[in-house]
Amino acid sequence: MQNGGYLLAAFIIAWALVFGYVLLLLNRQSKLQQEISSLKEALKERVIKP
Amino acid sequence: MARKILLWLTLVLMMIALYMVFVYVPTEKEMGIVQRIFYLMVPAGWLAMLSFTIVFLGSILYLVKRVDKWDIIARSSSELGIVFTTMALIVGPIWAKPIWGVWWDWGTPRLPATLILWFIYLAYFMVRSFAAEESRGARFAAVVGIVGFVDIPIIALSNTLWQREQFQHPGALVFQGGLDPKMTLTLMVSIFAFTALYCLLLLLRVSLRNAEIEIRDLKELSD
Repeated sequence: MQNGGYLLAAFIIAWALVFGYVLLLLNRQSKLQQEISSLKEALKERVIKP
Repeated sequence: MARKILLWLTLVLMMIALYMVFVYVPTEKEMGIVQRIFYLMVPAGWLAMLSFTIVFLGSILYLVKRVDKWDIIARSSSELGIVFTTMALIVGPIWAKPIWGVWWDWGTPRLPATLILWFIYLAYFMVRSFAAEESRGARFAAVVGIVGFVDIPIIALSNTLWQREQFQHPGALVFQGGLDPKMTLTLMVSIFAFTALYCLLLLLRVSLRNAEIEIRDLKELSD
Protein backbone atom coordinates (compact mmCIF):
# COMPACT_ATOMS: atom_id res chain seq x y z
CA MET A 1 0.00 0.00 0.00
CA GLN A 2 2.93 2.31 -0.70
CA ASN A 3 1.74 5.81 -1.62
CA GLY A 4 -1.82 4.92 -0.56
CA GLY A 5 -2.08 8.37 1.03
CA TYR A 6 -1.75 10.03 -2.38
CA LEU A 7 -4.53 7.83 -3.80
CA LEU A 8 -6.81 8.59 -0.87
CA ALA A 9 -6.07 12.33 -1.04
CA ALA A 10 -6.80 12.44 -4.78
CA PHE A 11 -10.18 10.71 -4.43
CA ILE A 12 -11.23 12.69 -1.33
CA ILE A 13 -10.35 16.04 -2.91
CA ALA A 14 -11.99 15.20 -6.26
CA TRP A 15 -15.23 14.01 -4.66
CA ALA A 16 -15.28 16.91 -2.20
CA LEU A 17 -15.06 19.24 -5.19
CA VAL A 18 -17.96 17.50 -6.97
CA PHE A 19 -20.16 17.31 -3.85
CA GLY A 20 -19.36 20.93 -2.96
CA TYR A 21 -20.43 22.05 -6.42
CA VAL A 22 -23.62 19.94 -6.34
CA LEU A 23 -24.54 21.37 -2.92
CA LEU A 24 -23.91 24.88 -4.24
CA LEU A 25 -26.24 24.21 -7.20
CA LEU A 26 -28.97 22.67 -5.01
CA ASN A 27 -28.77 25.57 -2.57
CA ARG A 28 -29.02 28.05 -5.44
CA GLN A 29 -31.95 26.09 -6.87
CA SER A 30 -33.98 26.18 -3.66
CA LYS A 31 -33.33 29.95 -3.24
CA LEU A 32 -34.40 30.63 -6.82
CA GLN A 33 -37.56 28.54 -6.44
CA GLN A 34 -38.47 30.46 -3.29
CA GLU A 35 -37.90 33.74 -5.08
CA ILE A 36 -40.01 32.67 -8.06
CA SER A 37 -42.93 31.61 -5.87
CA SER A 38 -42.83 34.81 -3.81
CA LEU A 39 -42.69 36.94 -6.98
CA LYS A 40 -45.61 35.01 -8.49
CA GLU A 41 -47.54 35.47 -5.25
CA ALA A 42 -46.88 39.21 -5.27
CA LEU A 43 -47.97 39.48 -8.89
CA LYS A 44 -51.15 37.52 -8.18
CA GLU A 45 -52.03 39.87 -5.30
CA ARG A 46 -51.49 42.83 -7.58
CA VAL A 47 -53.86 41.40 -10.17
CA ILE A 48 -56.54 40.74 -7.53
CA LYS A 49 -56.15 44.17 -5.83
CA PRO A 50 -55.25 46.66 -8.55
CA MET B 1 -38.03 12.46 -16.16
CA ALA B 2 -34.86 12.65 -18.29
CA ARG B 3 -33.01 14.10 -15.31
CA LYS B 4 -34.18 11.25 -13.05
CA ILE B 5 -33.01 8.62 -15.53
CA LEU B 6 -29.66 10.41 -15.90
CA LEU B 7 -29.31 10.66 -12.11
CA TRP B 8 -29.77 6.90 -11.68
CA LEU B 9 -27.54 6.12 -14.63
CA THR B 10 -24.80 8.33 -13.17
CA LEU B 11 -25.12 6.77 -9.71
CA VAL B 12 -24.99 3.21 -11.07
CA LEU B 13 -22.07 3.99 -13.39
CA MET B 14 -20.17 5.71 -10.58
CA MET B 15 -20.66 2.72 -8.27
CA ILE B 16 -19.44 0.35 -10.98
CA ALA B 17 -16.48 2.63 -11.75
CA LEU B 18 -15.47 2.83 -8.06
CA TYR B 19 -15.74 -0.95 -7.71
CA MET B 20 -13.57 -1.43 -10.78
CA VAL B 21 -10.97 1.15 -9.67
CA PHE B 22 -10.56 -0.26 -6.15
CA VAL B 23 -11.35 -3.98 -6.57
CA TYR B 24 -11.42 -5.21 -10.17
CA VAL B 25 -8.44 -3.57 -11.85
CA PRO B 26 -4.94 -5.03 -11.24
CA THR B 27 -2.27 -2.88 -9.60
CA GLU B 28 0.26 -1.53 -12.06
CA LYS B 29 3.72 -3.05 -11.48
CA GLU B 30 5.94 0.05 -11.73
CA MET B 31 3.74 2.81 -10.31
CA GLY B 32 1.91 0.70 -7.73
CA ILE B 33 -1.41 1.65 -6.17
CA VAL B 34 -1.01 5.34 -6.96
CA GLN B 35 -1.55 4.56 -10.66
CA ARG B 36 -5.27 4.23 -9.82
CA ILE B 37 -5.43 8.05 -9.66
CA PHE B 38 -5.22 7.74 -13.44
CA TYR B 39 -8.91 6.65 -13.51
CA LEU B 40 -9.83 9.99 -11.97
CA MET B 41 -7.26 12.21 -13.66
CA VAL B 42 -8.01 11.14 -17.26
CA PRO B 43 -11.84 11.59 -16.95
CA ALA B 44 -11.29 14.99 -15.28
CA GLY B 45 -9.00 16.07 -18.13
CA TRP B 46 -11.47 14.71 -20.69
CA LEU B 47 -14.34 16.68 -19.12
CA ALA B 48 -12.24 19.85 -18.98
CA MET B 49 -11.82 19.55 -22.76
CA LEU B 50 -15.40 18.42 -23.43
CA SER B 51 -16.77 21.36 -21.42
CA PHE B 52 -14.79 23.83 -23.47
CA THR B 53 -15.78 22.15 -26.73
CA ILE B 54 -19.43 22.70 -25.71
CA VAL B 55 -18.55 26.32 -24.79
CA PHE B 56 -16.95 26.71 -28.24
CA LEU B 57 -19.95 25.27 -30.13
CA GLY B 58 -22.47 27.15 -27.96
CA SER B 59 -20.55 30.41 -28.52
CA ILE B 60 -20.48 29.99 -32.30
CA LEU B 61 -24.20 29.18 -32.41
CA TYR B 62 -25.00 32.13 -30.12
CA LEU B 63 -23.06 34.59 -32.29
CA VAL B 64 -24.61 33.22 -35.49
CA LYS B 65 -28.22 32.76 -34.36
CA ARG B 66 -28.40 35.19 -31.40
CA VAL B 67 -30.62 32.75 -29.51
CA ASP B 68 -30.20 32.91 -25.70
CA LYS B 69 -30.42 29.12 -25.38
CA TRP B 70 -26.91 28.70 -26.84
CA ASP B 71 -25.42 31.27 -24.49
CA ILE B 72 -27.07 29.54 -21.53
CA ILE B 73 -25.57 26.18 -22.58
CA ALA B 74 -22.11 27.71 -23.16
CA ARG B 75 -22.20 29.57 -19.86
CA SER B 76 -23.35 26.49 -17.92
CA SER B 77 -20.72 24.31 -19.55
CA SER B 78 -17.98 26.84 -18.74
CA GLU B 79 -18.91 26.67 -15.05
CA LEU B 80 -18.61 22.88 -15.17
CA GLY B 81 -15.36 23.30 -17.07
CA ILE B 82 -13.90 25.29 -14.19
CA VAL B 83 -14.87 22.51 -11.75
CA PHE B 84 -13.35 19.70 -13.84
CA THR B 85 -10.24 21.66 -14.87
CA THR B 86 -9.65 22.45 -11.18
CA MET B 87 -10.05 18.75 -10.44
CA ALA B 88 -7.50 17.83 -13.12
CA LEU B 89 -5.08 20.50 -11.86
CA ILE B 90 -5.30 19.20 -8.27
CA VAL B 91 -5.38 15.46 -8.94
CA GLY B 92 -2.62 15.59 -11.59
CA PRO B 93 0.10 16.88 -9.25
CA ILE B 94 -1.00 14.37 -6.57
CA TRP B 95 -0.27 11.63 -9.13
CA ALA B 96 2.92 13.34 -10.35
CA LYS B 97 4.63 13.69 -6.96
CA PRO B 98 5.16 9.98 -6.20
CA ILE B 99 5.72 9.07 -9.88
CA TRP B 100 7.87 11.94 -11.21
CA GLY B 101 9.22 13.11 -7.85
CA VAL B 102 7.87 16.63 -8.43
CA TRP B 103 4.41 18.15 -8.04
CA TRP B 104 4.61 20.14 -11.26
CA ASP B 105 6.83 20.29 -14.35
CA TRP B 106 6.63 23.38 -16.54
CA GLY B 107 8.46 21.53 -19.33
CA THR B 108 5.60 19.06 -19.82
CA PRO B 109 3.32 21.04 -22.20
CA ARG B 110 0.07 19.44 -21.04
CA LEU B 111 0.40 20.95 -17.55
CA PRO B 112 0.84 24.64 -18.45
CA ALA B 113 -1.67 24.23 -21.30
CA THR B 114 -4.26 22.93 -18.80
CA LEU B 115 -3.47 25.81 -16.44
CA ILE B 116 -3.96 28.23 -19.36
CA LEU B 117 -7.35 26.58 -20.03
CA TRP B 118 -8.31 27.31 -16.40
CA PHE B 119 -7.39 30.98 -16.90
CA ILE B 120 -9.37 31.09 -20.18
CA TYR B 121 -12.43 29.82 -18.30
CA LEU B 122 -11.84 32.55 -15.72
CA ALA B 123 -11.53 35.18 -18.48
CA TYR B 124 -14.82 33.90 -19.94
CA PHE B 125 -16.61 34.84 -16.71
CA MET B 126 -14.67 38.07 -16.16
CA VAL B 127 -15.55 39.61 -19.56
CA ARG B 128 -19.17 38.74 -18.87
CA SER B 129 -19.23 40.40 -15.46
CA PHE B 130 -17.36 43.53 -16.63
CA ALA B 131 -19.76 44.26 -19.50
CA ALA B 132 -22.36 46.95 -18.85
CA GLU B 133 -25.17 45.07 -20.58
CA GLU B 134 -25.95 41.37 -20.27
CA SER B 135 -26.20 40.82 -24.03
CA ARG B 136 -22.89 42.57 -24.65
CA GLY B 137 -21.25 40.43 -21.93
CA ALA B 138 -22.65 37.32 -23.61
CA ARG B 139 -21.13 38.42 -26.95
CA PHE B 140 -17.71 39.16 -25.40
CA ALA B 141 -17.78 35.83 -23.56
CA ALA B 142 -18.67 34.04 -26.80
CA VAL B 143 -15.58 35.55 -28.47
CA VAL B 144 -13.42 34.30 -25.56
CA GLY B 145 -15.13 30.91 -25.88
CA ILE B 146 -14.19 30.70 -29.56
CA VAL B 147 -10.64 32.10 -29.36
CA GLY B 148 -9.85 30.11 -26.21
CA PHE B 149 -10.68 26.85 -27.98
CA VAL B 150 -7.21 27.03 -29.58
CA ASP B 151 -5.89 25.60 -26.30
CA ILE B 152 -7.91 22.36 -26.62
CA PRO B 153 -5.98 20.74 -29.52
CA ILE B 154 -2.74 21.81 -27.81
CA ILE B 155 -3.76 19.91 -24.65
CA ALA B 156 -5.06 16.93 -26.63
CA LEU B 157 -1.97 16.57 -28.84
CA SER B 158 0.69 17.59 -26.31
CA ASN B 159 1.30 13.99 -25.24
CA THR B 160 2.17 12.82 -28.73
CA LEU B 161 3.91 15.97 -29.98
CA TRP B 162 6.11 16.97 -27.06
CA GLN B 163 6.40 13.87 -24.89
CA ARG B 164 9.47 13.85 -22.64
CA GLU B 165 10.81 10.43 -21.64
CA GLN B 166 11.47 11.48 -18.04
CA PHE B 167 7.99 12.88 -17.45
CA GLN B 168 5.73 10.51 -19.33
CA HIS B 169 2.05 11.31 -19.00
CA PRO B 170 -0.22 8.28 -18.34
CA GLY B 171 -2.70 9.42 -20.99
CA ALA B 172 -0.13 8.59 -23.67
CA LEU B 173 -0.27 4.90 -22.71
CA VAL B 174 -3.95 4.71 -23.72
CA PHE B 175 -3.20 5.69 -27.29
CA GLN B 176 -0.02 3.62 -27.49
CA GLY B 177 -2.08 0.55 -26.56
CA GLY B 178 0.17 -0.16 -23.57
CA LEU B 179 -2.64 -0.78 -21.10
CA ASP B 180 -3.83 -4.08 -19.68
CA PRO B 181 -7.37 -4.85 -21.08
CA LYS B 182 -8.79 -4.66 -17.54
CA MET B 183 -7.23 -1.22 -17.11
CA THR B 184 -8.61 -0.04 -20.46
CA LEU B 185 -12.09 -1.27 -19.52
CA THR B 186 -11.91 0.43 -16.11
CA LEU B 187 -10.76 3.65 -17.72
CA MET B 188 -13.61 3.54 -20.26
CA VAL B 189 -16.22 2.93 -17.53
CA SER B 190 -14.77 5.82 -15.49
CA ILE B 191 -14.90 8.13 -18.50
CA PHE B 192 -18.52 7.08 -19.18
CA ALA B 193 -19.48 7.62 -15.53
CA PHE B 194 -17.92 11.08 -15.42
CA THR B 195 -19.48 12.03 -18.76
CA ALA B 196 -22.91 11.03 -17.38
CA LEU B 197 -22.16 13.20 -14.32
CA TYR B 198 -21.25 16.10 -16.63
CA CYS B 199 -24.55 15.73 -18.56
CA LEU B 200 -26.54 15.62 -15.31
CA LEU B 201 -24.82 18.71 -13.89
CA LEU B 202 -25.21 20.55 -17.21
CA LEU B 203 -28.98 19.87 -17.17
CA LEU B 204 -29.18 21.14 -13.58
CA ARG B 205 -27.09 24.24 -14.32
CA VAL B 206 -29.15 25.08 -17.43
CA SER B 207 -32.40 24.78 -15.44
CA LEU B 208 -30.93 27.13 -12.79
CA ARG B 209 -30.09 29.70 -15.45
CA ASN B 210 -33.62 29.41 -16.84
CA ALA B 211 -34.96 30.03 -13.32
CA GLU B 212 -32.73 33.14 -13.04
CA ILE B 213 -34.15 34.42 -16.33
CA GLU B 214 -37.70 33.71 -15.14
CA ILE B 215 -37.01 35.78 -12.01
CA ARG B 216 -35.63 38.63 -14.10
CA ASP B 217 -38.77 38.57 -16.28
CA LEU B 218 -41.10 38.41 -13.26
CA LYS B 219 -39.31 41.39 -11.69
CA GLU B 220 -39.67 43.37 -14.91
CA LEU B 221 -43.35 42.49 -14.94
CA SER B 222 -43.87 43.61 -11.34
CA ASP B 223 -42.04 46.97 -11.86
